Amino acid sequence: MEELNALFHGFTVALTPFNLMLMFVGIILGVIIGVLPGLGGANGVAILLPLTFAMPPASAIIMLSCIYWGALFGGAITSVLFNIPGEPWSVATTFDGYPMAQQGRAGEALTGAFTSSFIGALVAVVMFTFLAPLVADFALKFGPPEFFAVYLLTFCSFVGTGKGNPFKIIASMMLGFAMAAVGVDIVTGQLRLTFGFTELLSGFHFLVAVIGLFGIGEILLSMEEGLSFTGHGAKINPTIVLQTWAKLPRFWATSIRSCIIGCWMGIIPGGATPASFMSYGVARKVSRDGAKFGSGQLEGVVAPETAAHAAGTSALLPMITLGIPGSPTAAVLLGGLMIWGLQPGPLLFVEQKDFVWGLIASMYLGNLAGLIVVLTMVPLFAAILRVPFPIIAPVIVVICAIGAYTVKNNMLDVWMMVVFGAVGYVFKKLDYPLAPMVLALVLGDAAESAFRQAVLMSQGDLAVFWSNWLVGSMTTLALVLLFWPLISQGLARMRATRPSTA
Amino acid sequence: MEGKNEPAHRKVRVVTVDIATAAVVFALGALVVYDSYRLGSGWDENGPQAGYFPLYTGLLVCISSVVVIVGGLLKLGSDTRVFVRLDQFRQVLVILLPAAAYVLGIQLVGIYVPSAVFIWLFMQLVGKYSLLRSALVGLGVSVTAFMLFEVWFRIPLPKGPFERLIGY
Repeated sequence: MEELNALFHGFTVALTPFNLMLMFVGIILGVIIGVLPGLGGANGVAILLPLTFAMPPASAIIMLSCIYWGALFGGAITSVLFNIPGEPWSVATTFDGYPMAQQGRAGEALTGAFTSSFIGALVAVVMFTFLAPLVADFALKFGPPEFFAVYLLTFCSFVGTGKGNPFKIIASMMLGFAMAAVGVDIVTGQLRLTFGFTELLSGFHFLVAVIGLFGIGEILLSMEEGLSFTGHGAKINPTIVLQTWAKLPRFWATSIRSCIIGCWMGIIPGGATPASFMSYGVARKVSRDGAKFGSGQLEGVVAPETAAHAAGTSALLPMITLGIPGSPTAAVLLGGLMIWGLQPGPLLFVEQKDFVWGLIASMYLGNLAGLIVVLTMVPLFAAILRVPFPIIAPVIVVICAIGAYTVKNNMLDVWMMVVFGAVGYVFKKLDYPLAPMVLALVLGDAAESAFRQAVLMSQGDLAVFWSNWLVGSMTTLALVLLFWPLISQGLARMRATRPSTA
Repeated sequence: MEGKNEPAHRKVRVVTVDIATAAVVFALGALVVYDSYRLGSGWDENGPQAGYFPLYTGLLVCISSVVVIVGGLLKLGSDTRVFVRLDQFRQVLVILLPAAAYVLGIQLVGIYVPSAVFIWLFMQLVGKYSLLRSALVGLGVSVTAFMLFEVWFRIPLPKGPFERLIGY
């Protein structure tokens, strides 16, 4: 059991007093971020990233990943108490969580949500521990064509699994790639898409885009809705926690199903949100109390929360092993790794053992710390949510401006943030998905250089992407996913016409 | 912001903004295609040229936006969903314009004073809080940020004449 030894070594890295403190600070900040409108996981981590530049990478990633866990937990609080999903993946939690709060069972709903989040994350981390080294080992044999095929698969699966207009998904994604190309081309040294503006030499930084699109954009949307929060109070005391825990084992089948759905969907990009919906849908179909779902069933909270957390955790697997993030937040974490001079990918497991296993150990500890923090501090977080929007809105704008400036100490970035905010507002209202754009902006250069090297190897022959079974099957799968909206329409039409013709 | 040109109806339809946005997206895509051609989008002795990859991203942007525009034009008569009402849009501008003014302020006199003023004015004028409370929150956030960034973490933020007065 080489992994177990490595993991114990990881615990010794993570279990220093300094790192434990960062863990709790990270969780608390994360929950606050998850609770406040306009400060989602991706945006929150982006703003706090500069604060970690002075820390050693292992400590920095521990704190940032704990912010991420905290944000995952925090989404559930707003869903249950205020019927406002703090994060997209907690939308499904509102279906049964808010009715429970209306019936005065908020404590039970929250305990159920937090505990099942913890279980989902734990299962995903165990999977991560044993699967990640295997994937990394496997990926060590990857050449440029294989890497480009993985990138292609990542981006095509947005089209295949995404809801809404596939052309808007493609447009948003390709704008991201175009923005990634702005600046000096690393291969030829030529200036691309700068149109003579020296300010554009260094290109668009994805952190600025994230802060604008998600942060300012969200504030604009909230202003439009004229949000006034009306929430239910939450009492959590040990009795409620224990009573709820006594009920949870009954839902073991739902938990296992949700864990599997979550782990699977998390590895595929775009994961946590569809995972939570799918898990809720499956639980409603399979459960004996399925008909009562939506009226305040504990099982209806357990299912989406388990899956969302499992997916959120396993989204880090492709990020660490392949350098391909499964979600916008994972993309920001990946950006952080690059800023600290760590190249995410299979070599990380060989060259940075301390870092990787420290991170994995902190996933175990961070989720445990998270469970303790959220169970004990719910009233505090609910109180933060009651701070009126006219106070929160300008403060968040100030925080976003600071975050955007500190990325590169560049005033132009703060202006870009405002522009990205307006773009985020319009795009969100028109159903242009923002996640593919952010991921394309992060991965654009890497994807392009993999593509260039691959076609250089084959002298321009695209058959290189089918040159062996591995790359060939990935490329084919990617194309199937890309054309999935068409294929599924065709299948539906065939199914619809068959009975009539037969 | 595009598409607020129907004051008579006091609202803007989704389909109008959809077409306008797709047109802007198309223009951006066309810009990418144009620049890729300028750089060279084919092959030379070193392999693919600088514009090789961006050309395709630009083309895909153009194609997708044309599909969106055509889809929008087909629905122009039938789709009555509302993108934003004028009163809602006014709410958006209530934060967007002050935020832009705030960023201009940062550029002129550094970040700390505009932050305090922005929070103070927004709370008092939009949130109808008392002068004292608004000013205290603004000042509190600004001082906290100053301590956090300039004093403890030593991350320099934009500063101007006011910070110079206290020696920073």
